[in-house]
Amino acid sequence: MDLTVIWAFIIAFAVFAYVVMDGFDLGIGILFPTFRVGKGRNRAMNSIAPVWDGNETWLVLGGGGLFAAFPLAYAVILPATYPLIIAMLLGLVFRGVAFEYRWRDPAHEKFWDAAFFGGSVVAAMAQGMTLGALLQGIEVEGRAYAGSWWDWLTPYTFLTGLGTVAGYALLGSTWLIWKLDGGVQAHARYVALRAASATIVLMGAVSLYNITLNAEYAAHWLAVPQIYYAAPVPVVTGLVAIALIRAIRGDAHSAPFWLALALFFLGMAGLGVTIWPNVVPPGITIWDAAAPKRSQVFMLIGVAITLPLIIGYTAWAYWVFRGKVGDEGYH
Amino acid sequence: MLENLDALLLARIQFAFTVSFHFFFPAFSIGLASYLAVLEGLWLKTGRSVYLDLFKYWLKIFAIAFAMGVVSGIVMSYQFGTNWSVFSDKAGSVIGPLMAYEVLTAFFLEAGFLGVMLFGMEKVGKKLHFAATLMVALGTFVSAFWILSVNSWMHTPTGYLIGANGQFLPGDSWWTIIFNPSFPYRLVHTVMAAYLTTAFVVGAVGAWHLLKDRANPHARTMFSMAMWMAAIVTPLQIFAGDMHGLNTLEHQPAKVMAMEGHYQSHPEGAPLILFGIPDSEAKTVRYAVEIPKFSSLILKHDLDAPLAGLDTIPDDEEPPVGMLFSSFRIMVGIGFAMLGIGLWSLSGRVRGRLYEMSWLHRAAVLMGPSGFAAVLAGWITTEVGRQPYVIYGVLRTADAASPLDGPAVAASLLAFILIYFTVFGIGVWYILKLMGKAPHAGEYGVKRGDVGPIRTAGITPGPTQNPGGEETLPTEAQPAVPGEREPV
Repeated sequence: MDLTVIWAFIIAFAVFAYVVMDGFDLGIGILFPTFRVGKGRNRAMNSIAPVWDGNETWLVLGGGGLFAAFPLAYAVILPATYPLIIAMLLGLVFRGVAFEYRWRDPAHEKFWDAAFFGGSVVAAMAQGMTLGALLQGIEVEGRAYAGSWWDWLTPYTFLTGLGTVAGYALLGSTWLIWKLDGGVQAHARYVALRAASATIVLMGAVSLYNITLNAEYAAHWLAVPQIYYAAPVPVVTGLVAIALIRAIRGDAHSAPFWLALALFFLGMAGLGVTIWPNVVPPGITIWDAAAPKRSQVFMLIGVAITLPLIIGYTAWAYWVFRGKVGDEGYH
Repeated sequence: MLENLDALLLARIQFAFTVSFHFFFPAFSIGLASYLAVLEGLWLKTGRSVYLDLFKYWLKIFAIAFAMGVVSGIVMSYQFGTNWSVFSDKAGSVIGPLMAYEVLTAFFLEAGFLGVMLFGMEKVGKKLHFAATLMVALGTFVSAFWILSVNSWMHTPTGYLIGANGQFLPGDSWWTIIFNPSFPYRLVHTVMAAYLTTAFVVGAVGAWHLLKDRANPHARTMFSMAMWMAAIVTPLQIFAGDMHGLNTLEHQPAKVMAMEGHYQSHPEGAPLILFGIPDSEAKTVRYAVEIPKFSSLILKHDLDAPLAGLDTIPDDEEPPVGMLFSSFRIMVGIGFAMLGIGLWSLSGRVRGRLYEMSWLHRAAVLMGPSGFAAVLAGWITTEVGRQPYVIYGVLRTADAASPLDGPAVAASLLAFILIYFTVFGIGVWYILKLMGKAPHAGEYGVKRGDVGPIRTAGITPGPTQNPGGEETLPTEAQPAVPGEREPV
């Protein structure tokens, strides 16, 4: 198989791992104000405190991997979405330090809770809008971005941003259904149902909008014979969506989270169908942007050795902190 | 044209600002992670609770410093693309893989085991917990390895070819790229700097508490450990710095000329200028205090060896002399002050008065932040000394920036400055507050309010489970300490 294609899948895997793993962290941040001050919020945060840092590392692999495997894409996308990337990074600063800072001084707790919420919302919105900015196409001249620094701001990117915020809220709330019990869990269910509905509606809206964006995208979905390969994606997505709603309404603990994950996976697959084989639509394919073979091989050796280990010890860390986050306090 | 120039200058300021801020945290956490591993190892070996107490005391501080390092580090991994996209496109195939290796072999390792290190002792047991601590410490070092390899390659690029689009492509051997000529020196010098930075922070905290209570056994232990580091590592560091300097003379002579303030060539032995004010217009160092021929002695090990000056370098390839001249002297001055503390402590130790010498303790407190200042000054020396190139001798900084509008960079720079000073300023204040509390028996680990961090319920109920956990690490003495955060 073509090394460039393998690398496209590795980057897609890293992005997907980031989106779902930090997705539920950010989702908990987005929903943070809806939890009661004190035990509810403490428990929500404690459910991710041991793992958030590892989750966020996938973002560095996604970005660093893009830099290494598709340097031209990295060099075009980041200047094109400059304000979004800066906003995301600063949002992640507030979100990340809040994990430690909010326990340091009771008088500051309110402020850091607000920072946790605000940072999460900004980061999620910026990530979604960056995705939208990529999908709607980036103006390139030679080997550089050629547009202005506001090209990314359109109704479409606003929609993809909202979709991401809703999707992360869904991941966060279903994670909490799994990890919490009692009243907080009931609250998470209540929120998850709304987040699920919003996510499904926005996913549908973005998908339809995609087809109208340009003829190539439409052809990927609607032309014969592509339609036979592509059609199962929306059908399965619909079935997963129904199962998800039912699981949230019922009394399943972990099923809503896994179904939300499946929904994201299908969204990602749909994205792949839409954008393939470009990495920067409309003009830069993965082969245009790829690093030379020597770089690809060198990194592939590293990935082949380390990625199974990373997945292994990450799974172990999750296993160590398995189970429900405690309801009863110390006293 | 003027607008482009402004955007370039702003981008340079932004990178310098964010990387300098970021550098403080790993400089501290590389050393602190190793120190924590040593403390836990000593506890496991000797069973003395003073080591466990110190471990927990510093773990709380580590948690905050590490979080600040992570969030400021993610910013760095994206800034190459946001602000230096031409550099990214050109050099990505060579340095990108090294950074990918950093993520795969270091960042995941640190982050994956951090949760267990901070919260997991009761869940995984002492030995596995120690293994997690070692993995975090190893991760910080491996991270330094890769990123310094990248940085060194930008100073002494080797093993590359230039492709059709002007891209740097990897040559036959990755070994040549990774172990480029300045890398071994830079790695040793920087990692030792991180160890010394941590040692002087630990020493200052120990000294502070000794000044308040000479009998505090915890303060005594950490002060003594830190002073051993100061006495042993500082001389090694000065030697490593000297070797690094000779390596720089070989590969980046203009940088050394600027550090030395040698505007003119000295065919018969160059003087060592101790102090002075460089004047680049007049190409002379004003009010210079100098030792004749000593620079030749240091750099060439021969009093009469000729040394070329900046007059042999075209003006548009000169690094900014004033900045290098002063930052280099700050770094070296701090290094010798550290050596002084180390020797002073040795003399006290020999006389058995290490814990009674309050003037040494005061000096150690004063020197607490000195490692950070030295690291920053050294960083400025080496990075500013690379100018006007981003990849030395091959790609100019001015040709590497993103095609961004000035206002975009100005706005982001302003945001970074405001947010970094606020957020990290507050974080440093929290750390200082923790340091202000005297270490004591029954020290807390990382606390998470009245809950968790995570209780394993339903699966393994029984005595091994964290009892609703105020505490995450085993409490050997009293569980509650007044002044700590009370459960709600």
